[in-house]
Amino acid sequence: MNSTAPLDVGEHQHASFPDGLDLECGVHLAPLDVAYRTYGQLSTRRDNAIVICHAFTGDQYVADAHPQTGKPGWWVRMVGPGRPIDTNRFFVICMNVLGGCMGSTGPRSLKPACAEGKVERWGTDFPPITIRDMVRAQYKMVRSLGIERLFAVVGGSMGGMQVLEWAVTYPHMMLAAMPIATSPYHSAQNIAFNEVGRQAIFADPDWYGGRYWEHNVVPARGLAVARMMAHITYLSEEALTRKFGRRVRRDPKDAQAPEASLAMFGDVFEVESYLRYQGSAFVQRFDANSYLTITRAMDWFDLAAEHDGELPAAFAGTPVRFCVVSFSSDWLFPTSSARYLVRALNQAAANVSFVEIETDKGHDSFLLDEPDFDRTVRGFLCGVADHAGLA
Amino acid sequence: MRLDQRLIADMIEPGTRVLDVGSGDGALIDHLFRLRGCDARGIEIDMREVTRSVAHGLPVVHGDADHDLAHYPDDAFDYVVLQRTLQAVERPREVLRQMLRIGRHAIVSFPNFGHWQLRLKLLLSGRMPMTAVWHTQWYETPNIHPCTIRDFLALCTEEGYCVQQWMAVDEEGERAPWRRSIRLANLFGEQALFLLRRKGDCPPDHKIKG
Repeated sequence: MNSTAPLDVGEHQHASFPDGLDLECGVHLAPLDVAYRTYGQLSTRRDNAIVICHAFTGDQYVADAHPQTGKPGWWVRMVGPGRPIDTNRFFVICMNVLGGCMGSTGPRSLKPACAEGKVERWGTDFPPITIRDMVRAQYKMVRSLGIERLFAVVGGSMGGMQVLEWAVTYPHMMLAAMPIATSPYHSAQNIAFNEVGRQAIFADPDWYGGRYWEHNVVPARGLAVARMMAHITYLSEEALTRKFGRRVRRDPKDAQAPEASLAMFGDVFEVESYLRYQGSAFVQRFDANSYLTITRAMDWFDLAAEHDGELPAAFAGTPVRFCVVSFSSDWLFPTSSARYLVRALNQAAANVSFVEIETDKGHDSFLLDEPDFDRTVRGFLCGVADHAGLA
Repeated sequence: MRLDQRLIADMIEPGTRVLDVGSGDGALIDHLFRLRGCDARGIEIDMREVTRSVAHGLPVVHGDADHDLAHYPDDAFDYVVLQRTLQAVERPREVLRQMLRIGRHAIVSFPNFGHWQLRLKLLLSGRMPMTAVWHTQWYETPNIHPCTIRDFLALCTEEGYCVQQWMAVDEEGERAPWRRSIRLANLFGEQALFLLRRKGDCPPDHKIKG
């Protein structure tokens, strides 16, 4: 059903590490590729670097056009010259996560040590990875740029999980951490939504046990359904009502037959057609096996797990300055989980700021126009820079 | 910065760890960080003030005295400050206990309900007094636990806190002259400012009588 070459990754700027990475599951993954983009200039003292961690289906094209879709970078509002994360001042690095499909090693990559001439992809054989594995791959990349200490690590949603993992795993590697619209663990509800998405992919006849490329197809319907469902969780009821309400779609070709809109199926309501568009656009740029691998990594995420469920212990003695941000209408990563995180940080006597931004736009608010949020990001980073005596 | 905040700042040793509970626009913690080299942080209940403070680079969390102090560890701070808020918290005694658990010192300011104007108004009109400081109707006021300077001292005695320093302050925040007599301060002081230490941290001959 999809005639485009399903595995055409294209060329992305990346670094290769032949020595690879020891994963938490025990597998040694080599070689390791990390695809990345950088913006701004690294200072001579190498003290102005900010890592931005992208969300689940995001990528490294944070502030320049996406090579496949041609759309502007996903956070151009926030990152660029004169923007809250000001590339005239800071050197910004954004890396495609391990397990992703935009140039970093993932299920689409070729398996190492294949028999001569035989091209074998990882597919569902790709080892299970964790948020910490993702962060350790990023750490390798950052060190290879000659950076001893980051100024800050910033990210929303799954990017926020990576920010927290950075702060727990490499507390002396960074001055500041900004976890946004995130949680220190994936809740049962979060896992449940992910599972529905995975089952949609498995149920697609084009799934072929995960080896769909051998049949020159992708499980587009399953992946699109997964995306549609997930997209609902990124919005709030108010946002959906404001955007679509109960409006019925008027397709030009149905103009002569308005009764067609009473059909049982098909794009009757505008919200349905919007979701279908979101689903079909998504399958053009995202790999189903990456979807499975990354959702699993999120599900395993629980910062307190290594500390007998005591989250404050994960942050004991941390020198990192935190700024936790939540959004009032985000029900996927609600303010209550941000508050839980903040209380754990307080218990660890960490230096923490916490704001909840009042908005009706839901989880996706961190990607949208929210002036208070922009001011918070800019002010926090400037405050830390002042504190650290950064030029 | 208000004048009484300057009095508070003068009570705080440079280079110490300070938590300002009810930090408002963050003026005090900004002052303590920039001019006194303190590691000063804030808790504020009004989200607009929190956002404004964080946007100014100040470490402030959204929270309140009644619910969020319990989450800090013992001895996390050298000073915990509560400005003009004690009368508005749900459980003043518990808040004071928490302040002196997480901090070695507590600095507390509150409007004095023993001021002569309040006494006179209640006596003459038989209605809840309204003044410049106490300016909200009884059914709307957030100030659910008003107290006098002597009431506060009695609580400190009951809890065994050491009053290291106290002063009466007028509405503008200037230090008022009633520094010898608690009874005169309780009659003429519009506000009170106390520096407390824990039970057992007092100098041996230290005693203030209410």
